[in-house]
This record gives sequence, C-alpha cells and structure tokens, in this order.
Amino acid sequence: MDSHQIVAALAGVAPEGAVEVAPSGDGMPAIYVAREHVQAVCLALRDRQELGFSFAPDITGIDFLPREPRFEVMLHLVALGTPPYGDVAKRLRVKVRVPGTDPRMPTLSGVWKAMNWGEREVYDLFGIYFDGHPDLRRILMPDDWEGHPARKDYPVQINMKAKMYEPMQLTPQEFAANLQASRDRAKRD
Amino acid sequence: MSEIEIPVLTTTVTKMVQWARRSSIWPVTFGLACCAIEMMAMSTSRYDIARFGAEVFRGSPRQSDLMIVAGRLSRKMAPVLRRIYDQMPEPKYVISMGACASVGGVFDNYALVQGVDQIVPVDVFVPGCPPRPESLIYGIVQLQRKIDQQKLTELSSESSRVPRIYQA
Repeated sequence: MDSHQIVAALAGVAPEGAVEVAPSGDGMPAIYVAREHVQAVCLALRDRQELGFSFAPDITGIDFLPREPRFEVMLHLVALGTPPYGDVAKRLRVKVRVPGTDPRMPTLSGVWKAMNWGEREVYDLFGIYFDGHPDLRRILMPDDWEGHPARKDYPVQINMKAKMYEPMQLTPQEFAANLQASRDRAKRD
Repeated sequence: MSEIEIPVLTTTVTKMVQWARRSSIWPVTFGLACCAIEMMAMSTSRYDIARFGAEVFRGSPRQSDLMIVAGRLSRKMAPVLRRIYDQMPEPKYVISMGACASVGGVFDNYALVQGVDQIVPVDVFVPGCPPRPESLIYGIVQLQRKIDQQKLTELSSESSRVPRIYQA
C-alpha cells in the first residue's frame, strides 16, 4: 500500500483535505493528518481491516523554527500483517502539523497505550501539550526543569550550578508513622 | 653463631594500619556510562585489580570506601550520586574517571554536570576517553599513596569539611 491507497482507505473518516499525502524520501508511505481529526483517523488506522496498524513504535516532535506551523509531531505505525492485524506487513509515517503559537494536539494514548510515555517525552523536550493525556509530566528532565531542551531556540550550553539535593519524599511525621506501623506489624507477627 | 630466622616482624601501628587500609579499598558498584565498561574490565582477571586489593565491588555504599564516578553525570543523576556518597562511611574517597566526569568532556550542554567536583570532593582525576584499565589502576595506586600519607588522627576525608546539604 502506498500513501495514496492509504489516504483512499481512510475515506469518510475525516472531512475532505484533513488527510493528505506527504512527501517521502525513503519510499515509506507518509500522510499528513489535520490536528483536529487525528484521533478519529488514528482509530481508523488501527481498527479498519485493510489497514490494521496495531503497533505504534515511535513518536517524536520536529521543530522547524522559524517556519509556521512551527512543529510537526511524527509517529511511526506498523501493521504486523497477521490477521486480524492487516493482510500484509506494512509501515506508515503519520505527521501532524502543530502551530508554535498554540502547541497542543489531542492525545493518542487512548488509541495506542504505548503513546503514553512517548507523548510525555515529546511534551518534555518540545513543549507540545497533549490534550486528554492521563499523566502529562516530564519524563527525561528533572521535574522542576524550566524550558523544553529540544526546541531550536533553547540555549544548549547553559552554565548553571548543579543541584546536589532533591526534595525529601517523606515528611518527618510520615517517616515516624511508617516506623511505628512496621513496629506494630512486628509485634503482631 | 647461627642465623636463626625469627618469625617476627616489627613495625609501627601506623604503618600496619595504613598498609591494611590501602590494601583493601572497596569501591561501590556504581557505573554511569561507557567508562564503567573499562572499570569492569579493570576488575577482570586480565587486568586484575585484586593485586591491589580493590576488586571487591560492594553492592551497598555502607560497605564501600571508594566511589569511582565512571561516566558522564547528568543533572538529574547528581542528587542521587550525592546521596550515595553521603551514605558511605568515613573515611571515603572519590575517583573521577574519564573526561566527562572530570570536566564534562565533549558534552558541553544543559543536561550534564560539568565536573563531578561540583557535587562531591574528588581525590584523584583519571584522564582519558575512556581511560584504559591501566590508567584507572594507576589512579588507584595514586589513591593508595594518598592514603599512606594520611595521619591516623585525621582520617576523615575532605568531605567532612564540605557542609552536607539536607534540604526539605
């Protein structure tokens, strides 16, 4: 299946023009999907018999500064080619344009669970928010980090003091309560 | 007059203790990156760090004397490294292994600490990218010399002069 056939197979899922063929230098089929319809299109990509892209191995962001729309979120999909997951094994590249003024798109973690951490990574490094994500926290950088390092306007060579400590995970009262609880358990046993 | 070999050795307490201490430097099992591969190679029979008594990599910082910072230290890892260092009993020593641990190496960027001496006091820097096992062995021998020159009354390492940071 090439890009045109995949776009044809997605007919009726989204309005005209929401799904279009993307240029591909390496021969791998590629499509652009409009941001508003990405969830519906991805559900169809997963569930339609002739498509069957059940496996989403990769998601990443791309920063095209200073172009507008500035970002693209790109994901790779795989159809394993064993029924009911499609008839032949194939791959697909899905791209979503995300404007820099409003860097957000709908989450795909409801379609493929593997997208959960992948979207956290894209959020962490590119600052693209995924609406409806169950747990959108940083995953690579420290929790209190400022900025999104993979953006092209991020200063790479930051010179700042390294942190030697991290916030305590327990209050002294909680620690004492845990200690008392374990002592009580030992007595009872 | 016959020469009889008497099975007795005379020495001083200081020499005896320093010999024992420098011949049993136990490193904590702690590898951060590719330098850790060379560190592991150092402990194998080919390079055989057991000759210098430092082959017992301990799984717990409570039983360790030496921390070999083997690899680049990310800012997210820095508090963890400091915590492990704080858990080691005195006297304790740190070897900064390789260019990344010493000065950041080729990674002059936001993610990495530019030198672990910002986090822990370092006794010996071993240059190289990565250092060969022989270099690290040389570093450990240098550390043994340093231990030899310590007075028994001043056993706590430099770290006791660095204020510990526990912040809620």
